[in-house]
Amino acid sequence: MSLLEVNGIYGGYGGADILHGVELRVEPGEIVVIIGPNGAGKSTVMKAIFGLVPVREGRILFSGEEITNLRSSIIVRRGMSYVPQEYNVFPSLTVKENLEMGAFIRTDDFSEQLAHVFEIFPPLKDKRRQAAGLLSGGERQMVAIGRALMLTPRLLMLDEPTAGLSPQVVDLIFERIRTINDLGISFLMVEQNAKRALSFAHRGYLMTMGRSRFEDTGPNLLANPDVMEMFLGG
Amino acid sequence: MELTGLIGYLIPLLTFAGIYAVLSLGLNVQWGFAGLFNIGIAAFFAVGAYTTTILTTPPSPNYLGGFDLPFPVGLIGAMVASGLLALLIGLVTLNLRADYLAIATIGIGEIVRLILKNEAWLTHGVRGIKGIPKPFDTLSPEVQTLVYLLIVLAIVLIVYLAIERLLRAPWGRVLRAIRENELAASAVGKNVLRFRLEAFILGSMIMGLGGALYAHSFGFISPEAFDPMFATFLVWVMLIAGGSGNNRGAILGALVIWFIWSITGFLANRMPPELMTQAAALRPFLIGLMLQIILLTRPEGMLKEKPPSVTGDEGERRGR
Amino acid sequence: MIEILQVLIFGIVLGSIITLGAVGLSLLFGILRFANFAHGDMMTVGAYLALVFVAGLGWPIYAAFPMALAGGAVVAIAIDRVLYKRLRRTAPVILLISSFGVGLMLRSLVQFIWGPQSLVYEPGIQFPLEIFGLRIKPDHLVILAGVIILVILLHLFLQYTKMGKAMRAMSDNMDLAEITGIETERVIMWTWALGGALAAGAGIFLAMDTRLQPFMGWNMLLPVFAAAIMGGIGKPYGAIAGGMTVGIAEEMSTLFFSPAYKSAVAFALMVIILIVRPTGLFGGRSR
Ligand SMILES: Nc1ncnc2c1ncn2[C@@H]1O[C@H](COP(=O)(O)OP(=O)(O)OP(=O)(O)O)[C@@H](O)[C@H]1O
Ligand SMILES: [Mg+2]
Repeated sequence: MSLLEVNGIYGGYGGADILHGVELRVEPGEIVVIIGPNGAGKSTVMKAIFGLVPVREGRILFSGEEITNLRSSIIVRRGMSYVPQEYNVFPSLTVKENLEMGAFIRTDDFSEQLAHVFEIFPPLKDKRRQAAGLLSGGERQMVAIGRALMLTPRLLMLDEPTAGLSPQVVDLIFERIRTINDLGISFLMVEQNAKRALSFAHRGYLMTMGRSRFEDTGPNLLANPDVMEMFLGG
Repeated sequence: MELTGLIGYLIPLLTFAGIYAVLSLGLNVQWGFAGLFNIGIAAFFAVGAYTTTILTTPPSPNYLGGFDLPFPVGLIGAMVASGLLALLIGLVTLNLRADYLAIATIGIGEIVRLILKNEAWLTHGVRGIKGIPKPFDTLSPEVQTLVYLLIVLAIVLIVYLAIERLLRAPWGRVLRAIRENELAASAVGKNVLRFRLEAFILGSMIMGLGGALYAHSFGFISPEAFDPMFATFLVWVMLIAGGSGNNRGAILGALVIWFIWSITGFLANRMPPELMTQAAALRPFLIGLMLQIILLTRPEGMLKEKPPSVTGDEGERRGR
Repeated sequence: MIEILQVLIFGIVLGSIITLGAVGLSLLFGILRFANFAHGDMMTVGAYLALVFVAGLGWPIYAAFPMALAGGAVVAIAIDRVLYKRLRRTAPVILLISSFGVGLMLRSLVQFIWGPQSLVYEPGIQFPLEIFGLRIKPDHLVILAGVIILVILLHLFLQYTKMGKAMRAMSDNMDLAEITGIETERVIMWTWALGGALAAGAGIFLAMDTRLQPFMGWNMLLPVFAAAIMGGIGKPYGAIAGGMTVGIAEEMSTLFFSPAYKSAVAFALMVIILIVRPTGLFGGRSR
């Protein structure tokens, strides 16, 4: 059974549909990327999966259970976390407090998980008492991912986690995603840098104009001339 | 006998409903069309009432004036004075957010009340001013009140027609565009602040007119008449019940709510004396409850705003 | 000189009462983006709830105080559940209108139950202490100490409890809080509980300083809002500075103007701040 299954969803922000029958799935243990031109609806798909954009038609299954149009607070509990593209930390809270907020619904002792996140992102440990709003872009992204990890989700959705970061930091983030994936956590990511992301991921989708057009393994998509044309042509 | 009794009850009832209709129309210009959140209606109402009183009463040692001027001069003076007050407040607060404007207007309401109470040389303080003349004082009192009712109804009609006209004119369309989407309106080069200021002043002048009509109708005014309950809250409930954005709704709301309010007053007065103060306290509670029920079940009021809004409200709200 | 110091003391007492109201108001605004126009009347309700225990059951005021705070919290939560919760999804201005109506309803209810006349917790007059020629009522010391304790407790709550941190998180970014898994409805409930309890505390102190009267809280709405706006609305800590400034300015103004215009001073300060620094003295949120 797939971990996540998106079956032909239509929906948008109240006006005309933005999504026109998106299909995609994520298998347990996979890293899946969505690429596509600006405005294709990549962020919108993620929001629709996470219950933030109403789905008018189609179904979304998580571990075989329907989650279409559920509230995000419920989806989080089912074991999926989402890191939005921007404004993804609480700026006035310290790094540690940000991570604690990720564990809000946990009633058990989560200090072990906290230590684990600090292990994955060592810079955060030194800055744990600093306000997250004062961090660099890369550190902020680490806080956001770390916070999403606090509930040890089965699926982590990241919307452009490396946008606007320097090449070294991009490398670091990709490397850490790999580390986390090795622990058995699946990823659905949106990425601007198609080449880099496709060579890194297990599988990829190309989205244009609210539809998922191509699905293949990373290298195959990269080798497909139609894909590159569509991506560039929009 | 029965009949004249009923008429004797109906004439003041309709007169007051008419006065409240004027206030409600004034608020509709501000809130319904321009989205300006004024909860200091009492201030403009009071300034209108006191201005006409000072202008039209015979000279008195107790307060400023009076100047013994004719009734129409009083009405015009009331509108000018409330308009000036609105200009002053508007210049300072109209570019603020809705909640800041609201609290600023509460402040103005309170300060006007403090002035009315404490500046006895101007207003005769808490003792108030009596003997405010009605027009046509050569007629018998019964006929005079009837004529006055007709004057009030005529003014309601004139105000209604005038605003309807203005709101269909380009001015009104720009106003609505600003309310719907301030950014887009300013992007096409409309001076948002000026339009808002104009709407605020116009609405306040109408409220001032309402105040003047009240003063002449009742013949006596004191600061107590302008507490936020009677002068501000009732008008809001009227507009919301009737349907904000719809001028007929504003009038209908004034009529219906004033009837309900009067009936509760009638009932409260029939209570045994030991329960009377309690019953009186319950009246505002019931009106407040009505407001909540309307907001929960029919926020658009009895009559919907006529032209469908141009931009999708939905998207705007979600985007927040 | 003595006179100025004396007025300063009155200003500090009034300022601390305003502070307590403004802190709650600001907290509510920060988290719910909602200017609660019923806040003054929630103060009134709190003051009268304490009266139930003091006059009705014969409890001392310090025992009635925590009960009234709890009562204020319950009332605030109940109003939110019945009304605001259902209106939250519509336009925010609808909430303003609703809260204005709620204020009126609370005021009339108080008048219905306790009547329009003014009341006191304990009959008789307190003899002021004479310290260096200054007259200080014991109640003033109680009020000041009470406000300081409550503000410190609030600070500890916001900084060190899970719920307090979640409140700050929601004040930062409501949508992010939701997707992070914070139970926003529960946090909102706690926020109302705190706002209601703080308002009740402010109301009781106000009643100790003056008298119980159905309009007591409504009359404080302007200074309380002025204080919250001065401190940068949405920033509870700023409200402390705002509250003290407004309180002291109001009392000091009596040296120059008729005391009748005290609340006009709060208004003037607020307008000046709105013109010069709309985000408050310390830069609050602007949206
Ligand atoms: N809050 C919103 N309200 C209305 N329309 C929106 C909203 N957010 C996005 N859209 C519209 O939805 C479409 C898809 O946007 P989306 O953000 O999903 O694109 P994207 O593929 O993530 O683009 P990018 O690469 O720039 O992040 C766009 O046409 C955009 O204008
Ligand atoms: Mg995007």
